[in-house]
Formats: sequence, C-alpha cells, structure tokens
Amino acid sequence: MKPAIETREISKRFGAVQANDQISLVVDKGSVHGIVGENGAGKSTLLKMLFGFYTPNSGDILVDGEHCRFSNPTDAMSAGIAMVHQHFMLVEPFTVLENIILGAEGAGLLKRACAEASVKIKKLEEEFGFNLPLDTPVSHLSVGERQRVEILKALYRGAETLILDEPTAVLTPQECDQLFALINVLKSQGKTVLFVTHKLHEIIAVTDAVTVIRGGKVITRMATSETTPDQLAEAMVGAKITRAVEAEDRGGAAQARLRLTNVCALSDMGHAALDSISFELYDGEVLGVAGVAGNGQTELLEVLSGMRRVTDGEVTISGKVTNTSDHMYDPIMLRDMGLAHIAEDRLKTGVVSSMTGRENAVLGYQRTNDFSKGGLLKLNAIADAADTYYETQDVRPRDPDLPLEALSGGNQQKLVIAREIARDPEIMVIGQPTRGVDIGAVTKIHDQIIALRNQGKALLVVSADLDELMVVSDRIAVMCDGKLAGIVPVDQADERTLGLMMAGDASTAEQQTQASV
Amino acid sequence: MNAAPKISGVVSAIVLPLINLVVALLLSGFVVWLIGEDPVAALGFLIEGAFGYEEAIGYTFYYATNFIFTGLAVSVAFHAGHFNIGGEGQAMLGGLGLTLAVFWLGDVSPLLAIIGAIVGAALFGAGWAYIPAVLQAKRGSHIVITTIMFNFIASALLAYLLVGPLQRPGGQMPESSDYPDGIALTKADELLELVGISFEQSPLNVSFLIALFAAFAVWFLLRRTRFGYEMRVVGQNAEAAKYAGISVPKVTVIALMLSGALAGMMGLNELLGEQLRLIGNFTLGYGFVGIAVAFMGRNHPFGIVLAAILFGAIYQGGAELGFEMSKITRDMSVVIQGLVILFAGAMPHLFKRPIDALSARFKTRGNV
Repeated sequence: MKPAIETREISKRFGAVQANDQISLVVDKGSVHGIVGENGAGKSTLLKMLFGFYTPNSGDILVDGEHCRFSNPTDAMSAGIAMVHQHFMLVEPFTVLENIILGAEGAGLLKRACAEASVKIKKLEEEFGFNLPLDTPVSHLSVGERQRVEILKALYRGAETLILDEPTAVLTPQECDQLFALINVLKSQGKTVLFVTHKLHEIIAVTDAVTVIRGGKVITRMATSETTPDQLAEAMVGAKITRAVEAEDRGGAAQARLRLTNVCALSDMGHAALDSISFELYDGEVLGVAGVAGNGQTELLEVLSGMRRVTDGEVTISGKVTNTSDHMYDPIMLRDMGLAHIAEDRLKTGVVSSMTGRENAVLGYQRTNDFSKGGLLKLNAIADAADTYYETQDVRPRDPDLPLEALSGGNQQKLVIAREIARDPEIMVIGQPTRGVDIGAVTKIHDQIIALRNQGKALLVVSADLDELMVVSDRIAVMCDGKLAGIVPVDQADERTLGLMMAGDASTAEQQTQASV
Repeated sequence: MNAAPKISGVVSAIVLPLINLVVALLLSGFVVWLIGEDPVAALGFLIEGAFGYEEAIGYTFYYATNFIFTGLAVSVAFHAGHFNIGGEGQAMLGGLGLTLAVFWLGDVSPLLAIIGAIVGAALFGAGWAYIPAVLQAKRGSHIVITTIMFNFIASALLAYLLVGPLQRPGGQMPESSDYPDGIALTKADELLELVGISFEQSPLNVSFLIALFAAFAVWFLLRRTRFGYEMRVVGQNAEAAKYAGISVPKVTVIALMLSGALAGMMGLNELLGEQLRLIGNFTLGYGFVGIAVAFMGRNHPFGIVLAAILFGAIYQGGAELGFEMSKITRDMSVVIQGLVILFAGAMPHLFKRPIDALSARFKTRGNV
C-alpha cells in the first residue's frame, strides 16, 4: 500500500536558519505515526509544510503516492490532510455545529446549511463514537471537548490524515486517555494520524511508528514496538557537547547569592505555575534550568525579577528577602541591588521594538543617575552609552537611531546583553539567551555567559535548548509541571535522564535527586 | 536589506497628509460641482476667506487655538497608549473651573484671576479625566466608553448649572453672568499695537501663544523628560514597561490627567478670550475634531500645530464660502470639514501602499 504521506528530502530555510534539512518521512496509511523532538527541533516547520502553510525550498511531498504542491491549507485539505492546532481555531460564541460548518456551509441560507450538515455530522458522530452537544456554544465546552470539535470538523471536511500538533499539551490526564481512545477509533476506521509531541510515554502509548527529529534533521525512524523511552530520549537530545570554556574554581564556599525557599506562584490564568520550588545559586556558577516550555520557567524568571509576586515561600537575593506573599522588590530596586534580567521573550518584554536603539539602551535603567537627573533625561549620556554598547557588542547596523525592529534578532539580543552587563551586576537572570538569534551569534553569547561566570557572577539560565544548557551550565535544574524534578551537576548529567525528567518520569527524577544530594 | 522598503520619515510626515488633503479637496470640489457651483471659485473663496485679510487670519488662528489644545490632549493620551475621546467633556469642565476661578478671584486682582483661571481650567479638565483614567488603570474599564459617557455627563452638568446656580440673574439663556470687567486675555490686535503694528480686530488672543507654548511643553515632556520616556514605553509596550519597573497604572493615570488638563485649557481661548462668560456647549465639537487634528499631525506637537491651522482655515474659510456662494450653506462647509477629517484624520494611511510601491520603483530605477 502507498504511504498516506511521504516526504522526500524536503528542506526549509528561514534566513540563516535551516529549520528543516532534507527531511524524509514515511507515514503508513491507517497508522498512527509519532514525531518527537525538542522545542525548536523543526517539528512545527515540517507540519506547516505538510498542511500547506509553508512551501518547501526543495524536496517533494507525496500523498497516496502522488506528488502534491500545496500553496495554502485549502490545497492540503482537498488532498485530505487536516491539522488540529495546539491553539484551537474555534469561534467561541458559535455553537459546535456552526463551528464545524464554518467556511464549508454548502448552502446560501444558514438554516438549510445547518440542517444538511447536522445529518452528515450525526452520521460521523456515530461512526467515530463522538458525543458532542451540537447546539451548545463552544465557550461552554471543556478543553478536551473543544479538541474533539476540531477533530470532528476535520473529519466533516473529509480528512483522511489528521495532524495533531502537541494535542495533549492542554489536556488533563483523563482527557488524554479519551483522546488516545479516539485516536484508536480513528485508526480502526482507516484514518491516518500524525501525532506530534515531546512526551515520550505518549509515543509509546499510541503510535505504531515514530520519527525523531533534532536540529532540523531526521535522526531515526523506528517501529514503536521496537523502541524504548530511553532510546527515544537519547535520540531526541543528542550527544553531549564538550564544554567550550574550562570551569574555574569557585574559591571557597560562598554564601548563596540567590536562595528560593518553597516558592509557589500562580500563572496569569490563575493556575499553580510554581509548586514549592527550593534551590540555591552561588557566585561563580551557572545554574541551567531545563524543561519543556510552559512548565513554570516563565513564572520562575518573573518571580526572580520582580514581575510576579509569589503566593508562598520566599526569594532571597544577596541576603535580602525580595519576594514574599506580602512584599516584593520592584524591578528597579532589584536592578539597584545588582540583578540584571534578560527577558525570555525579547520582543514582548525585553525591548520596545518601535523605539530606537538609543531609547532601548536605557530601558530599565532610565531612573539611574547616569541617565536622568531631576526628571530630565541626560540625552548625551544616553547617546554615549548606546554608542558604547553598539561598539562593544558589535551591534549592526551601527545606527542607534534606527528603531529596534529594523535589527535582526541576534543584534537586538546583543544590545540587550550589553545593556544588562553594563552596570556590572552581581547576579543575572537570563531567559532563552539565544532564542531567535542567528547561528553566528550563538557561540559568542555562550562565551559571554561563561566569561561572566568566571568573573564570579551568579547566573541563572533558562533555556528550552538542552544542548545550550550542557554548554554553559555548572548544574542543570529540570522543571516539570511547576516542580523541580531535580538538579544535576553537568559532569554527571546524562541527556537521556534529563530528557526523561523533563518528560515527567517521576522514578528517574527521584533517582537523580538522590544522586545529587 | 529589508524585503519591504520602508518609506522615509519625510514622505510619511508630509507627503501623505498632503495627498490626503488634496483628495479631500477634490471630492469636496466634486460635491460643489454637483450642486451647481464652480469648484475652483469655491476653493478661491475658501482660501481668501481663511487667509485673505487680517480679520480672516485672526479668525483662522483663533479656531486653530482650540484645535491645538484638543489635538495635544488626544496625542498625549495616545502616546501613553490610550484613546481619550473625552476632550469635549474635559473642555466643558475646564470652562467651568475657569469660570469659578474668575468669579472667585475676580474682585481680588485681575492678574490673580487670570492665573487662577488657567490653573482652574487645567485642574478641572484633569479632574474630569481622572475618574475614567483610574477606572481604566485599576479596573480595566475601557477608556473610550467611559470618556464618551463623561462627555454626556459633563454636558448635562453644565446645562444644569447654567439654568440653575450659575445662570445670569434674570437671564433666560443657559449662560453665566459676564466676567468682571478687565478680566480677559489680551487680544492680538491690542498686543500688536503695543509693538506698533496695526492689526484688524478679531477674536484672536493671547491663548494662541499659550497653545504654542503648550505644544512646546508637550514636545519637551515626550522627548526630554524621564516621565515622557516612561509614558511612551507604556504606550508602546506595557509588558516591557513592567520589565523596566515602570508602574503602568500610575503612568496611565498621570498621562490621561495631563491630557484632560490640555483639553480643559481650550476654555481659555473660547471663554476668557472671546465670550467672557460661560455658555452651555461652548465646546461645539472642538474636542472631537481634536482627534482628527492629532491623527493628521501624526501625534507630533509640531504636526498638530500645522494640522490645527489647517482645520482653523477650513472652519473660517468654510464660513466665508457660505456668505459668498448662495447655494453653499453652512452644512456644505461641514461636508468639506467632514471629508478632510475622513481622509486626513480617519484614514491617514490610505495612500501609504501606493506611495510605498511608487518610491520603491523609483529606488530600483535609481539603482539600475
């Protein structure tokens, strides 16, 4: 039988970044095929090419053995490929029925369209065992139900192959079980499912075969029955990279620069994001924080930098309690204490992209005596500082009057780094140091982090990129579901175990914690 | 370097508004032609009526003064990321504050009364913006909704006061007693006479200079002060403001109060410059036109002054046009204003794409 989807050496490049490099993928008809890889491994790019959102730079896509060129998602849909996005594409005030027929109404009058559609939908529901309230607004449904609406919507449009992009990221364990049951029904009815995740136990649970992607390349393709989570984890995170810069001695045990004691915090949505986190960070060390995105790393950065109040526990920096449920040092007080913060999401938080490089060069430091006095800005001092930053970090183009959005991600990040190290901080809190940074600049940023460590600074680096953490860290803390799954010294760190800890394998996490104590 | 060529600042700041203006005038001319008048002659009368003689110039700049205040008010709020469409109500309350100060201090000393009037206008305008500002900053109530509601409340409050406690004793109109003698802002003709220049009488008065000073002050605030910097950061990226330790609610409230104070000062021109009493609905929609002025002036104080003069000219020239051409009624000049507001104010980027494409083509030709 011809494969449902086959790609032959498809590649996609964005500027300097080779997101997909000659990916060859074979998805058998009527099977559940898993794709695993870390964040940024190139999974999303691959999917977007499969459902017509991007066009490959080279290579072929074959559906049922026939060459296809998708220039938009509609093309892919008519070839029978549908995507269920991680973030649902539903109109909340509309009913389930209205959402399913949206864009495929079929009749000019809504009433007739609904009547015709509901017959067809009822039949589909019977066939695949759905039980959705068709006349209820989507806003009243649970997350799991909404996902089923998306799947039903795809089936209604005649999808033969469903792409599920991290479908379990938003689900409760019970909803996950329901989803897996549904996937099995889909399979038994002859549909093909492409299941994308970074949770290994899910791959083992539902897939027939699995393809591992790392760094935009296919690492391996295996039958699920012939593999283990260990093997997958190793393939996913890759081989250990030797340290670029040798560690220097700390020179005697110092007092902890940063101490977290049973810190709890809520996310913006009001869910528990940090669950009793405790650890210490010393001068002259880099503590890497690993974890799958959305497991509390964002909130951890905010709690440390004075942007989010803890709900329980306390944060102590340089011997001062800076964040408790009663009081919190604001970012300006923390900067005065020598804390520098490189924000995880640069464009959203770390810079004002519509303002000039010069104006961004003092963001966060605008109240220091260096840059303002008596409420007036010291324009000359600001201009001098910006010139210095552009010079020392080699920011290009070398024109601080340009709005920051005219600079590449790497150059923006260079300016941010220059700004944050300019005042010789004692402790740096860094989120995703090389996200959106061109490859050429990555090594330099890593070197700088290690150089700061060797100067005796205390650094905390959150990154989604395990390879990066292996290069820069002395110890790696792994976060999973708001908890600290363990802290591992880097020379004892084992990518496979880290991968399992990130994926929430509790037994391994326990072993590691014991090992590190 | 970039795939999409960016148009230069000059093109965006001068050429685009000019094109918008020309299109608005062409459409107006078409309407004039439709009702059977000569569009070219109409344009002539309009320009003549706005700039043709000293009194006309006086009126043009008199109207422009109102627009500078209300345009600046809109732009200050806009730089902090908010759309204050309550200029109308803030101006009314500013007029009330001004009037109360004049009656309170009028017997003490004229100079004190004038200073009190300026302070009163600004304070009451700021105060009227304070409540929507706090509701926005602390409760997230949308400022567009609350400020427009406050316009109605202000209008009703003024109507009540002017047929009640503040009404001229024995009067029938919704207006207050006249301000005490000698309490008024100096007229332009009087001022120019001091330096030996004769100028026809017109309502133009010293508040035009106050408005120019306000424009400079707004520029200085935005570009030279730390608060202005923090205000712009809040307006462009509230999350980055939080990162930089800026209190977003605090900056929001202060910026909106400054905005209200500027709108409130419109009464200086209209009341203390010309009417010399508080009259109901003296704001005549100037607060709303301020939105168009701010947009056409690209929210830059200098641009706002230019846009305000343009709108002043259309107000004054449009009125003259009505006298000169029998078929053109006052409503006709409102249509012209409407078209200018539509093109220059509401759709400032209408011609951005074609201009972009054109300038890109010129650039590629230049490279070849």
